[in-house]
Amino acid sequence: MIEVSDLTKRYGDKVAVDHLSFTVEPGRVTGFLGPNGAGKSTTMRLVLGLDYPNTGTATINGKHYRELPSPLRTVGALLEAKSVHGGRTARNHLLFLAQTQGLPRSRVDEVLGLVGLQEVADKRAGSFSLGMSQRLGIAAALLGDPQVLLLDEPVNGLDPEGVLWIRNLMKQLATEGRTILVSSHLMNEMAVTADYLIVIGRGKLIVESSTEDVIARSTDKSVRVRTPDAARLTELITAAGGTSAPGENGGGPAAPGNGAELLTVTGLPAARIGELAASASIVLHELTPVASLEEAFMELTSGSVEFGRRDRPGQPSQPDPVNATQGGAR
Amino acid sequence: MTAATPTAPAQVPAAAAAEHRQGWGGLLASEWTKIRSVRSTVWTLLLFVVISIGLGALFTWLTVANWNGPRAAPRDARVILDPVGFILGAGLGLGQLTLCVLGVLVISTEYSTGVIRASLLAVPRRLKMLTAKSVVFAALLLVVAEIVVFGSFFLGAAILHSHVPVALSDHNVTRAVVGSGLYLTVLGLFSLAIGAIIRHTAGAITTAIGVVFVLPILSGLLPGSWGAHINGYLPEQAGVLIGQSQPAAGDVLSAWEGFGVFCLWTAVLLALAGYLLQRRDA
Repeated sequence: MIEVSDLTKRYGDKVAVDHLSFTVEPGRVTGFLGPNGAGKSTTMRLVLGLDYPNTGTATINGKHYRELPSPLRTVGALLEAKSVHGGRTARNHLLFLAQTQGLPRSRVDEVLGLVGLQEVADKRAGSFSLGMSQRLGIAAALLGDPQVLLLDEPVNGLDPEGVLWIRNLMKQLATEGRTILVSSHLMNEMAVTADYLIVIGRGKLIVESSTEDVIARSTDKSVRVRTPDAARLTELITAAGGTSAPGENGGGPAAPGNGAELLTVTGLPAARIGELAASASIVLHELTPVASLEEAFMELTSGSVEFGRRDRPGQPSQPDPVNATQGGAR
Repeated sequence: MTAATPTAPAQVPAAAAAEHRQGWGGLLASEWTKIRSVRSTVWTLLLFVVISIGLGALFTWLTVANWNGPRAAPRDARVILDPVGFILGAGLGLGQLTLCVLGVLVISTEYSTGVIRASLLAVPRRLKMLTAKSVVFAALLLVVAEIVVFGSFFLGAAILHSHVPVALSDHNVTRAVVGSGLYLTVLGLFSLAIGAIIRHTAGAITTAIGVVFVLPILSGLLPGSWGAHINGYLPEQAGVLIGQSQPAAGDVLSAWEGFGVFCLWTAVLLALAGYLLQRRDA
């Protein structure tokens, strides 16, 4: 179990982690989600005793990392930043780690086999592909057969095969009753991997709940509707048991010259709203269920990203990002 | 590369995990693995051996070849006064540079490659890690340095024999030879401490070389007896005294005093390195 309590870390003027508290329970995969720069890596470094917090504590099974008698037998960690000497072979990297914990040489071969690196065990780590490096990092994390695992962006840059491998590995380890904390900035990845989510933004806790709950809370029953006849539609929606609120324009450009008004409807599915509109011959310009996980995540973390997120390349342009009326602040 | 199906990691007995504490044996073995498994160690030590023994022999041979030559008299007199100091100094003056580099690299590459994070995750009691590293590095250097100084001495003595016979049994000669190995070992630790304090390879090497090679030249320009004293207490100036069988004119410290001063410098820097390692974010 990992317990983080009132953790704060400042680097100069910048607050990386801001009075953060959460608990990571054993037996499930806990996703640690947040946009880049949200403080995920810093939090992990604080838990692992690499950096020192300004306030607060982080403990693993009730102890500070430094107090663990043989830390790698209790905690395994994969950090996002590289921590391997490129001139050293994979085997020697694992060997020096094993020796600090009094683990036998045979354990090094075991974990090399476990991650599928036995054939390149005596190659210098500098020649490894990203996927192989990631596997070596996993091997190091599993070396002491730890009960607690912290994995920082483990699937970053991996091919689909590698992603699947890590995903299954984490699930398997959680099934064995271990405590798994895995960070990611990708909501979709977490949705299929994690049982439980801790979402942070700008170093602060945004939401801490089961994955289903987080998704449900942020996405269901929220439909974006654009219509020139908002008043009439609102009446119908209210009569049907839904709630309609004027959608905020969110600073985006207004829809091109038709005077249509944006509504955010909750409590009714998109299909029902469409039926209502059709029955009253109300014209709809847009009817969008806010259902994508990405959207839910952006909703959760809106206002908490470090770098501007508007007009992200590759995203369909969304002139009116829905600023959630629920689930956004907690 | 084939994807291994995830299987349960082999069981490490839980009781062992609970009881196990990090012993020094494991930590020393770990640091030894780190040092021996990178190429820079082998190359720098090889360079150290070649430069120290090779240049020592070359300079000694040139001196012998030019014995009684024009304007060689003062130098010949110095060789006659302190033959062992001359033989060792000829090669080690430059050879010790490689140990400064190696001392820095042993710790600074942990930072440049990020291995320091893995190291400190494995050994979160950071002073233990630094101590184990220092002990292993010192042991390695002691063995290599003693081999080099003895090799250099015997080779130089053989070359010099026809003009100035010198043997280990001569006054202070054994102390000078063994002591030079000790000096080189401590110099390695001195550089390691600088590497641990500065944490960047280039900056640390520049600093170590500056302190060892450049500072004595600058302080040598200081006038008067206080200038001589400052110069005499500088790490390298004090440390090399142990390699002389006879005090040279103007020495402000005896051989062992000088070595003691050098050890003190090193201890202070190592203490500072340990303090900063404990205090700073890794």
